[in-house]
Amino acid sequence: MFVASLALLAVVWELYKTVGPAGGGRVLGARLLPKAENRSMPHVWDMLQRYTRAERRGGARTIFMVVLSGLWFTLRIALAGLVLGVTVGLGLAVVMARFRLLERALVPWLVISQTVPLIALAPLVVSWGGRLHIGGFTWQKWMSAAVIGAFLAFFPISIGALRGLTSPPAAAVELMASYAASWRSSLIKVRLPAAVPYLIPSLKLGANAAVVGAIVAELSTGLKGGIGRLILEYMRESTGDPAKVFTAVFGAAALGLTMAGFIALIDMGVSRNGPKELAV
Amino acid sequence: MSAPVDIVGISKVFNAGRSNAVTALDDINLNVAPGQFVSLIGPSGCGKSTLLRLIGNLTEPTAGSVKVNGKSAAQARLDGDYGMAFQQAGLFDWRTVSRNIELPLEMKGFDKAARRAKAMDMLDLVKLREFADHRPWELSGGMQQRVAIARALSFEPKLLLMDEPFGALDEMTREHMQSELLRICATTGTTVLFVTHSIPEAVFLSNQVVVMSPRPGKIAKIVNVDLGQRNDDTREDAEFFKKVTEVREALRGYDHIEPMPTRLDER
Repeated sequence: MFVASLALLAVVWELYKTVGPAGGGRVLGARLLPKAENRSMPHVWDMLQRYTRAERRGGARTIFMVVLSGLWFTLRIALAGLVLGVTVGLGLAVVMARFRLLERALVPWLVISQTVPLIALAPLVVSWGGRLHIGGFTWQKWMSAAVIGAFLAFFPISIGALRGLTSPPAAAVELMASYAASWRSSLIKVRLPAAVPYLIPSLKLGANAAVVGAIVAELSTGLKGGIGRLILEYMRESTGDPAKVFTAVFGAAALGLTMAGFIALIDMGVSRNGPKELAV
Repeated sequence: MSAPVDIVGISKVFNAGRSNAVTALDDINLNVAPGQFVSLIGPSGCGKSTLLRLIGNLTEPTAGSVKVNGKSAAQARLDGDYGMAFQQAGLFDWRTVSRNIELPLEMKGFDKAARRAKAMDMLDLVKLREFADHRPWELSGGMQQRVAIARALSFEPKLLLMDEPFGALDEMTREHMQSELLRICATTGTTVLFVTHSIPEAVFLSNQVVVMSPRPGKIAKIVNVDLGQRNDDTREDAEFFKKVTEVREALRGYDHIEPMPTRLDER
């Protein structure tokens, strides 16, 4: 179905190119319709074909290989960000589930954290990180990007996890109390398994956030080698080589899909044990 | 041998000292002898669930003392002296039937082989052995409740606390479950404290029916029942009906004084 919708999108794109106004157009006085000429909207086949040609004139590597290596670079950052985000998000949720008073104290801060503009945050993270020297460890730029990805990812995960950890009914909690179970063992035996159905949608949101965070962080920290950087570079060349930037944009989209695929695999791994009754 | 349950002068006030204070239980005295089946019956809001939870040390009394097997309720809970079953079977979907029964044994540090063997014994007891590796949601409501009973009994507690365990079942399943419970208790010799709304259920199962009145929760009357060996014919027995009537009249006793208030939640 996804392939069909992709084909449909390509058809609509090309259809608009044939009927749309070349210089852009106005609807009710507003500049709404994009320009249909090749510089703004390259043909689908031009974009696809661009993948097979060298990145630069006379260069050895095809753009496909360049975008692929950019993908791999950013994917690793996004994964690192997601892992960090899950660790922090889950940790916060466990603490808030344990001490309900903390929940009321912390949640506003979590919300505030998400309203801080990423562009303002990125240079701060880089400069803090740059001052960090512990023994032989030196802070790398990609770590800043991962931290920024994690900063976006932990929020949906902590909220979803908290909801899940507090989802067992009173009877389940009392049952564990009747076994004289410690909070720790009721966390492991009951609360965490009960949280899984809530965690999956949170992970989906978190994975996307980690990708967005990594890409934006590449741009604002000047990190080279990733897909975000490629988009920025190719954008500058769009007058002469309009199809080029789209190759990187599609790369970024593929990155999001890859991450979503990871989560789907995790989902399949853990959800086969239960009835699919919870739709969040 | 000390009494499985010995309650002296128990009171429970929710929101004590505040304007919305509610006296749930007032000066309750109750002594349950070993091997007895005792039902707590009364309208919603009479504090019968609260009483059960006080015995289980899931909530603390405002005044009075609860002894379970001669120990404080808190110590009895730590020692695993009682098992508990609720209206909702409350099995965990991520565990197989067998692993659900093993959960309390895990908490008490049994090793894996011992847990599995014990769970199988319990499944034999509730006649569900072939469902050991099924998931709870594959079982009917009555079967799930039997698993919950097996779980409550898995570590061989001397006392079983049951809070309307058959309340969500249909009438036919319910009667079947009552007979099953009697059979299981006869096998294990467990003392049972059983909260219910149903008069016939209380009479059929019990040696003693404790009739409670609401607001504040008090024991209105204790009806002794001796139906001997019970089977389906017992439900049509003259003695059975006599006891049902006696309990019903005890329940009505306070009804003449105060119209029964409707209150949904007694917790």
